[in-house]
Amino acid sequence: MYEQTKTAHHGPAKGLMRWILTTNHKDIGTMYLVFSLMMFFIGGTMAFVIRAELFQPGLQLVRPEFFNQMTTMHGLIMVFGAVMPAFVGLANWQVPLMIGAPDMALPRLNNWSFWILPFAFLMLLSTLFMDGGAPNFGWTFYAPLSTTYAPPSVTFFIFAIHMMGISSIMGAINIIVTIFNMRTSGMDLMQMPMFVWTWLITAFLLIAVMPVLAAVVTMMLMDIHFGTSFFNAAGGGDPVLFQHVFWFFAHPEVYIMVLPAFGVVSQIIPAFSRKPLFGYASMVYATASIAILSFVVWAHHMFTVGLPLGGELFFMYSTMLIAIPTGVKVFNWISTMFKGSMTFETPMLFAIAFIVLFTIGGLSGLMLAIAPADFQYQDTYFVVAHFHYVLVPGSVFGIFAAVYYWLPKWCGNMYKESMGKLHFWLSIIGVNLTFFPMHFVGLAGMPRRIPDYALQFADFNMVTSIGAFLFGATQLLFVYNVIHTVRSGKKAPQKPWEGAEGLEWTVPSPAPYHTFTTPPAASEK
Amino acid sequence: MDHSPEHYYVPPQSHWPIIGAVGLFCTLGGTALTLHSMQQGQVSLFSQIILYSGVMIMAGMMYGWFANVIAETRKGLYSRQLDFSFRFGMSWFIFSEVMFFFAFFGALFYVRFFALPWLGGEGDKGIAHMLWPDFTAVWPLLSAPDTEQFPPIKEIINPWHVPVINTVLLLTSSLTLTLAHKALKLGKRGMIKLWLTITLMLGLSFLALQVVEYLEAYQHLDLTLRSGIYGATFFLLTGFHGVHVTIGSIILFVLLIRVFKGHFTKEKHFAFEAGAWYWHFVDVVWIILFTVVYVL
Repeated sequence: MYEQTKTAHHGPAKGLMRWILTTNHKDIGTMYLVFSLMMFFIGGTMAFVIRAELFQPGLQLVRPEFFNQMTTMHGLIMVFGAVMPAFVGLANWQVPLMIGAPDMALPRLNNWSFWILPFAFLMLLSTLFMDGGAPNFGWTFYAPLSTTYAPPSVTFFIFAIHMMGISSIMGAINIIVTIFNMRTSGMDLMQMPMFVWTWLITAFLLIAVMPVLAAVVTMMLMDIHFGTSFFNAAGGGDPVLFQHVFWFFAHPEVYIMVLPAFGVVSQIIPAFSRKPLFGYASMVYATASIAILSFVVWAHHMFTVGLPLGGELFFMYSTMLIAIPTGVKVFNWISTMFKGSMTFETPMLFAIAFIVLFTIGGLSGLMLAIAPADFQYQDTYFVVAHFHYVLVPGSVFGIFAAVYYWLPKWCGNMYKESMGKLHFWLSIIGVNLTFFPMHFVGLAGMPRRIPDYALQFADFNMVTSIGAFLFGATQLLFVYNVIHTVRSGKKAPQKPWEGAEGLEWTVPSPAPYHTFTTPPAASEK
Repeated sequence: MDHSPEHYYVPPQSHWPIIGAVGLFCTLGGTALTLHSMQQGQVSLFSQIILYSGVMIMAGMMYGWFANVIAETRKGLYSRQLDFSFRFGMSWFIFSEVMFFFAFFGALFYVRFFALPWLGGEGDKGIAHMLWPDFTAVWPLLSAPDTEQFPPIKEIINPWHVPVINTVLLLTSSLTLTLAHKALKLGKRGMIKLWLTITLMLGLSFLALQVVEYLEAYQHLDLTLRSGIYGATFFLLTGFHGVHVTIGSIILFVLLIRVFKGHFTKEKHFAFEAGAWYWHFVDVVWIILFTVVYVL
């Protein structure tokens, strides 16, 4: 095979096989991004079902069993199918371009990492059509709901998670090796662009915690099929053990989903403020501190499960500590903008919205970190509001910002600025209409993951649903804009953004199929 | 092609990854289908066919992919920098394995020092004792709170019989593997074959003794997966370790074949080193496992 197809210095192969057999980081990045967009719409459709049912009190559209499947699958698909692959796609495209590498360090492994994913989600989505339905135990799949009381499809869920884990670990290994080994000569670690730094730390987190996820679903599998008692107190195990292992994975996972967005924002804010990033070194240390702290805060998700008092206190204070490095980052972004010659193109708008709205999500996180207060908030819509504020105007806006920022480099064409702005404004209205009222109903005691609710929550729920429909429909604008840009946008220059810095802007637009086959000189900064 | 150190080999299109993705899908999907039908009390031929074809596709993929890489490295396509990529890649892969075992050791730790004492009425959450008032928490836990669902264990494995022999076997194998590596660096081909064969034999003996131990546990000691948390953690940890010894033995076997074929030079033998790292890692896991699972 490798004998005949020495295409290394030519353009891409033709047809479908180009995508299936490719070892090119740009092709693979594109596939990750397209896959993520498809999953975003599948997961979004499930959110539509949820919000349609909650439009009014009472049961109108779906049965409660199906509602539970929708909340579960929405969470799983958005986390593992939409947000994570989108960031891996961005890393695939941008990391080699930003460090002056010819490709990812292990290109064939890179292809494998991607192609495992469609099969994993085929398996996960197939559970919707099985007897007993899809997983219905929430995306956190707490035992014994996911073991003793789970639908039979849970076995397929477990193996789908295993496949996603293998994909993520291989992808993360590739990114970490690329960053350590493939930087152009003269680019020290402390000269790397922030996006590369945040991905280095994210990749470390992935390699550290995805195996823990694999371990916890393996213990579930053993409990379900082989009669063990890890999560069953009757055999000397403990259902709370499940939560400990799960959150040891899932708290770093939260940062896996947001650190690359920090990186994106740290690229975009300086570019459109026409100033270098304020406090580069402190930004690096803050990111690393967040990553390290993420390993010692997991039980703040479990305050009400019955932890010893010492545990409650430890996890409360360690969680609050995270506010310090996060605050450093937010102040650095603001200081970067201070007295800058700012312009407000679409990527910048999304980046600024990220800072404001992510901070709201961070502050509600601080409220949730206070153990005694959390007893009130636990399992209410306040929690839903909190994590959607960090994931939607956080991670997802970070992805939008990155796509608008780098799309001209990827396809060589400029997107329609007016439509990008419209997408931004409708999105930001939609996001806040959807998630802000959730704070109020949550504090008033509306429980999450329930298809019906008390009458006093009706008005805010209707507002939320209208906001969700608006936000969802708005995303079609984004898809139209991207497709139109790729097909027939007007030509973009090599460096479409006046204030942008970095090696990716030293190659033509669109970036040639193979870039940096000989290492470029690192720009002196 | 340019072979200067600056040139990094980017492989052309490859069909192995997609074969690997299909193989993984069939293997895991077939396993899921098989377990699913067993849960329903059926035997499904279809799911087993999927499972075994998946395993075969995976084996073929591994063979083909590695053969491809070996052919490329022997043609001299790989630079020093690419060698580092493999080294970093293997190191981080082993780190991911460390974290996999870390989770299981963590579970064992939590059960021993938190969950069981609480069930026995001690400590902050000792109120859990009201669930099974007759339960006493001891370790090793021979008798689970609910002995009908989880039948009691007669006796646990004595660490100073088979397990201590196994410890000696694995420690010796790490030593002989290092001797093989030394011989490789000195270019003494005969000695490499000797020490590598001995290492492989020690690994296989370990596995054989582990099988003996499992049979003893199931047939005479009533120590099974179903005998509560002691059996569950015991078999999970030793079982996954055994799986890793099996994988390590396959790696050693492949290395041995390659040595016989005249592969590896004094300077360049990364595959050998990667295999050795993996084997030492499995050895270290065993030492921790012997200490905290068998002895303490």
